[in-house]
Amino acid sequence: MPKSLFEKVWNAHAVRTLANGQTQLLIGTHLIHEVTSPQAFGMLRDLGLKVAMPHRTFATVDHIVPTDQFAEPFADPLADAMIKELRRNCADFGLTFFDRGTGKQGIVHIVGPEQGITQPGTTIACGDSHTSTHGAFGAIAFGIGTTQIRDVLATQTMALGPLKVRRINVRGRLRPGVYAKDVILHIIRTLGVNGGTGYAYEYGGEVFDRFSMEERMTVCNMSIEGGARVGYVNPDETTFAYLKGRPYAPQGAEWDRAVERWRAVASDPGCAYDDVVTIDAASIAPTVTWGINPGQGVAITENIPDPRTALGDDKASIEEALAYMKLQPGAPIKGTHIDVAFLGSCTNGRLSDFQEVARHLKGRRVAPGVKAIAVPGSQGVGRLCAELGIDRVFREAGFEWRDAGCSMCLAMNPDKLVGDQLCASSSNRNFKGRQGSPTGRTLLMSPLMVAAAAIRGSVADAREVFGVS
Amino acid sequence: MALAQITSVTGRGVCVPGNDIDTDRIIPARFMKCVTFDGLGEYLFYDVRKNADGTDKPHPLNDPRFRGATVLLSGANFGCGSSREHAPQAIQKYGFRAVVAENFAEIFFGNATTLGIPCVSAKREDIARVAAEIEANPGLELTVDVAGQQLRYGNQSVPVTMRESARDALIHGRWDAIGELLEGLPAAQALARTHPYLAA
Repeated sequence: MPKSLFEKVWNAHAVRTLANGQTQLLIGTHLIHEVTSPQAFGMLRDLGLKVAMPHRTFATVDHIVPTDQFAEPFADPLADAMIKELRRNCADFGLTFFDRGTGKQGIVHIVGPEQGITQPGTTIACGDSHTSTHGAFGAIAFGIGTTQIRDVLATQTMALGPLKVRRINVRGRLRPGVYAKDVILHIIRTLGVNGGTGYAYEYGGEVFDRFSMEERMTVCNMSIEGGARVGYVNPDETTFAYLKGRPYAPQGAEWDRAVERWRAVASDPGCAYDDVVTIDAASIAPTVTWGINPGQGVAITENIPDPRTALGDDKASIEEALAYMKLQPGAPIKGTHIDVAFLGSCTNGRLSDFQEVARHLKGRRVAPGVKAIAVPGSQGVGRLCAELGIDRVFREAGFEWRDAGCSMCLAMNPDKLVGDQLCASSSNRNFKGRQGSPTGRTLLMSPLMVAAAAIRGSVADAREVFGVS
Repeated sequence: MALAQITSVTGRGVCVPGNDIDTDRIIPARFMKCVTFDGLGEYLFYDVRKNADGTDKPHPLNDPRFRGATVLLSGANFGCGSSREHAPQAIQKYGFRAVVAENFAEIFFGNATTLGIPCVSAKREDIARVAAEIEANPGLELTVDVAGQQLRYGNQSVPVTMRESARDALIHGRWDAIGELLEGLPAAQALARTHPYLAA
């Protein structure tokens, strides 16, 4: 019987069936960070338990690190306590920690792939909902809560029920100026913010075949915003080429054996899916959110919806969103004044994101009055950008160029919106208050659209601003 | 580790209406700067409950009529967004013992179950009806019958549903899986040895 990747990876990691019918699933790779892990270590100590397989947990620090100050202690004593706690826990339990002094620190979902830890056919868990990012490699990667972090630390397993699999085909070719970010915003807008509940999303089709690993990561990253806990792309030559030579990738003869296994783990032709959705790539436009969840988006050429012409649930949610966003119903999204432009995050904080923007940014200036910040997702990304002179392009255009971290995606660090500032953001969530001010407003879009908004001082069509055609 | 068998939850209710109530709204990220979960209850729904100066906004949880409620009612896709267990922890520490919503986001549902908080799904019109009853009579006692899959109030009831594995875990007192997982550790270690990527 032909099987999907999900089924194969699940079966290969199923330890046994638990009394309530769930599966005890072996988690091959455990990634941790400073925000959701301290309580798990506390529980471990309370129960007198050890870490079962310390060589399979990797830590980094990302959410709380300031991006404009390397020196410690941090100004925020709570943030300082959290990084110290993570250091203590990693030392006490013998875990690998990509700390700030190693040159390898960064957002956990950027560090894992960069180090070659994220591999096809593996199971991954991390106390962060954007763990789905790692599915880009053909891994099954779960965002988990703190009690489950304890479970994985103590047993390298967790209790879980299987998911259904929805295949999402994106056929044809994307139009110029349309990026991976637009693909996922379009998918979420089409299938809904809870359309993926109970499903793993398998992304495929010509668009994904052509995508780089970084583009695949951008899409898989936001699976959870569509309600899908897991998103993945079948591994192929692009995957293997990305991994080859990375620090934790298999070496020598083991590399060839690994590639053979990885090839075999891809979904078999003709395997059954619980659902199949097909999207025409040409129907996807540069997409911008106008509301308070990632499904509330429109094409840059469209207008903000008007609750007066909407029905039922839509009407109430549009009203609530527009009241919060202080946007005009029925007005074009293009031309919406912005205060802040943020480029970075686990969605769009990788080398190719900055490279693509830098290519268009040369000779341009950020509009007066706009605060624009660019934050590499890892120290590694920052180093590559420096080697290629990308940081200079950003600085010369009027962006602040920062050190690695989650930064303004969720504002657990000093990078926050103030008052009801409106931010053009390459991040993943536009929830009320997400960027640190209880009245702050977020418009999600691709990195190039963020740059276009920064230059114009208002939401703009990057294709027009940069002459992309 | 003996866990309580959670077959039902009885108490007064409060409805926080709305769909897609995300975990950032349940507990804003800045309150996650902590190394324990203590005191999180205080910050539940903070930014929609409090003004910048710390005074109260109009919100069901600020309404004295509903003080002491232990059953939280809400809309569709409750708990979407971040995987932060801080969200169900804040709900539990505030004093809630059960959540009734149209449906739940996956990670939130799992996290809540692991803490022994039953999350049951009900039809939208049924939630609206119960919410109206609570509004008219805030002292109304509700029973979330996990075992019998009913939400009872007065002499009425509406059906509720819950994923069978979670229901089983709650009513049999095995909602925290750590004991069972530890029993399976030798088998997990044996399985790990068959995966080259897990070699030490």
